[in-house]
Amino acid sequence: MTTLTTNYLTPTGREEAWRFTPLKRLGGMHDGSAVVADRHSLSFVGTKAQGVSFELKPASDAPVLSESDDAIVGRIREAGKDVAVLTISANTEVADPIILGRSQGSLESAEFSRVQINVQNHARATIIVENTGDTHLAEDIEISVAAGASLTLVSLQEWSSKTVHAARLHTVVDRDATFKSVVVTIGGSLVRMLPTVEFAGPGASCELFGVYFATSGQFFEHRMFVDHKVANAKSRVNYKGALAGDQAHTVWIGDVFIRAAAEGTDTYELNRNLLLSDGARADSVPNLEIETGEIVGAGHASTTGRFDDEQLFYLMSRGINLADARRLVVRGFFNEIISEIGQDDIQTRLMDRIDDELAKAGA
Amino acid sequence: MSTLEIRGLKVSVDTENGAVEILKGVDLTIKSGETHAIMGPNGSGKSTLAYSIAGHPKYNITGGTVTLDGADVLEMTVDERAKAGLFLAMQYPVEVPGVSVSNFLRTAVTALRGEAPKLRTWVGEVKDAMEALNMDPSFAQRNVNEGFSGGEKKRHEIMQLELLKPKIAILDETDSGLDVDALRIVSEGVNRAKASENIGVLLITHYTRILRYIKPDFVHVFANGKIVEEGGPELADKLEANGYAEYVSA
Ligand SMILES: Nc1ncnc2c1ncn2[C@@H]1O[C@H](COP(=O)(O)OP(=O)(O)OP(=O)(O)O)[C@@H](O)[C@H]1O
Ligand SMILES: [Mg+2]
Repeated sequence: MTTLTTNYLTPTGREEAWRFTPLKRLGGMHDGSAVVADRHSLSFVGTKAQGVSFELKPASDAPVLSESDDAIVGRIREAGKDVAVLTISANTEVADPIILGRSQGSLESAEFSRVQINVQNHARATIIVENTGDTHLAEDIEISVAAGASLTLVSLQEWSSKTVHAARLHTVVDRDATFKSVVVTIGGSLVRMLPTVEFAGPGASCELFGVYFATSGQFFEHRMFVDHKVANAKSRVNYKGALAGDQAHTVWIGDVFIRAAAEGTDTYELNRNLLLSDGARADSVPNLEIETGEIVGAGHASTTGRFDDEQLFYLMSRGINLADARRLVVRGFFNEIISEIGQDDIQTRLMDRIDDELAKAGA
Repeated sequence: MSTLEIRGLKVSVDTENGAVEILKGVDLTIKSGETHAIMGPNGSGKSTLAYSIAGHPKYNITGGTVTLDGADVLEMTVDERAKAGLFLAMQYPVEVPGVSVSNFLRTAVTALRGEAPKLRTWVGEVKDAMEALNMDPSFAQRNVNEGFSGGEKKRHEIMQLELLKPKIAILDETDSGLDVDALRIVSEGVNRAKASENIGVLLITHYTRILRYIKPDFVHVFANGKIVEEGGPELADKLEANGYAEYVSA
């Protein structure tokens, strides 16, 4: 590897893609200074159903599915010898959710991890990725949802407080396939997610949901990109965030690109932020680039607000105290998205964690 | 036996041009079992009175007192007022996204009774309360007031009145926006609450039609931030015939 390439890959903070990220807190994962350990923390939880395989393959057997100009992804691809590959074979309908977990991490070194998820033609599955504990992790997750297939992906960042996590979550959605994701980020010191979708065939659709809740000192960034490069695809994005406490900082970027070929595109993206205390900062930047006028619809909305006094008054006028009223409003705010997970035990666990964070923040 | 006593209540709101006085000295006493109707022109300050008693943060109390059985209501937080036995059925009930009616009611009842209701009896209690107001059971799973029609919101308010069992209830234009059947159903709800809990009622309205169902003991005319006349039920009929001209022209 030449020095030239390395320099090219190192962000300075002036690039559009890095202008919000506190580079100093990335543990050197972006500039080559991180100590990269040979760690494979992603594990399959439970037994594999018929038609489901999970194995570690040499990189030569798992070529990349997508281009990326992200500096960290570039370094992961340079470093990665192996790729964790999850495959759902064609026409397989997996009844129970497939659970992948990461918990064996370390703060002493970084893990650079490549993951591929292949949902083959007409297969259907729900995959839940549970991230817990403390670690430094850089991930390049590539997902292929093949023609007619359907995937629900739940990505849970329930990290402990010191974790640094940079991830690209790129999904290629083929003809008539559907992809739904629910990304939840409520733990970690710095989390930078790139949930991106690329439509590869007409009739494809995606619903991208997300929630994040940052308290004092936490930095959570979600930088979305939906690439409408084929005709008649549909995308919906709905991310909601709450912030409480000094120096809590969230960033949501919603880039949607409707290329000239993407006639019949239908897209809408929404980001709402709830500021629960002073000293927190929510950046929200929706961005629509349109190269054809022959579309069904394209829109976006972004709001950032505080507690609604009228809602709190209404609840309190029924005897509910201020702390409980706030908790109800925050739960209500997140419920719309959390309920999309469709797994009661997980939803309860996340809501409890949100309650805890809210109580700790004293908001 | 409870008494809500309002003495010389003055209230202002903050506007771009400074504070504006809305209530200019209101005197009113409501006792358990009594029904008081307040009638008055738009903008005269009726809702301001209701909200001020309930403790809405928008209103600044600049003078006077409000006590419930001698306790200083104005010193209490909004939830403490509810716990003390006050209830406000709002003219414009608020939507609370993502919070189900069932969760909301359970949280409120737990707060007011000091312990969570027993799950088995509670489910029946809510079901009965909804049935009594002709509300479909599916409302329990819907978000508080979200997408409710005007009339459905009012029924939901009175359903809460029946479940929360206050000492004194203030009903701010609960009759507005109700069709004839709903008016009767909602009125029956109020009368049930009056009969079973002997509550005192302050009923704010523009129309005498609700007074055919909920019989007032006293009628107060409200104009320009204060009570300008008081009488019995016959005063309501006089207002309906003559309007408020003689009270506002001065
Ligand atoms: N923020 C404000 N700025 C200026 N005026 C205000 C503000 N809030 C309330 N007011 C005024 O206070 C007055 C009393 O309002 P209130 O809602 O109490 O009237 P009301 O008697 O309930 O009327 P209605 O019969 O229409 O319900 C109105 O003239 C209203 O415009
Ligand atoms: Mg009013």
